[in-house]
Amino acid sequence: MMQMKDMATDKPKANLRKDIDENLKRVYEDALKQEIPDRFKRLLEQLKAQEKKQ
Amino acid sequence: MTGALAGTVAGAMAGGKTLDPRDALPDHLPALRAFGISLTRNATEADDLVQETILKAWSNFDKFTAGTDLRAWLFTILRNTFFSSKRKSRREVADPEGTYAASLFDKPQHDGRLAYTEFSRAFDKLSPEHREVLILVGANGYSYGEAAQMMGVAVGTAKSRTSRARARLCELLGLKDGEQLLADPSGETLAVMGRSGMQAA
Repeated sequence: MMQMKDMATDKPKANLRKDIDENLKRVYEDALKQEIPDRFKRLLEQLKAQEKKQ
Repeated sequence: MTGALAGTVAGAMAGGKTLDPRDALPDHLPALRAFGISLTRNATEADDLVQETILKAWSNFDKFTAGTDLRAWLFTILRNTFFSSKRKSRREVADPEGTYAASLFDKPQHDGRLAYTEFSRAFDKLSPEHREVLILVGANGYSYGEAAQMMGVAVGTAKSRTSRARARLCELLGLKDGEQLLADPSGETLAVMGRSGMQAA
């Protein structure tokens, strides 16, 4: 009986959570798809070059 | 002869470039920047954060434990940088449009799915702390334990923060039922389901 109650209440809850997580992934992936600015590539090159000099 | 052999082995190991975690840093830039955008909701701010994170990571790579999750380590530096600079400039936070924008939310048409534009507007309205935990746990799939470690809090705190963040999202989306669904099962949902079950029968 207890188990049936849990199943009945958990299903819509789980669906909503899944829906939210799918949207969260989309929010994150939208940001992930954006081009990485060149300044970071240049920064990393500079840091590497500095390291070699030392 | 043993000496020569040892020398060869040492030489081969030094030749393996993968040993330096610094070389792996570029691979994590898109994720790092996406996490920054999730926290700030602003690309310019996110870029400054990423820049600071790269510089801090570079000078602290000796503190990185080889073989552990480099991305999680970088995320931790980024979020610590973000939250400590936010603490310094608490004043500028208040969004004057906040209440107005919030009142613009209409109830979603109920086709059962959340509309993405509505969702992302609601996400923007969350506190950075709530955005952070949802992106770590909900979007990146980190465990509560991993997220807790990155946020510097107890596992229980990460768990309750996640469910509060989900509830707040539902509230912003006008999903009143969502609040009930997210609350501890009280039997109310069961009653509703039972009734609709009767109607269907």
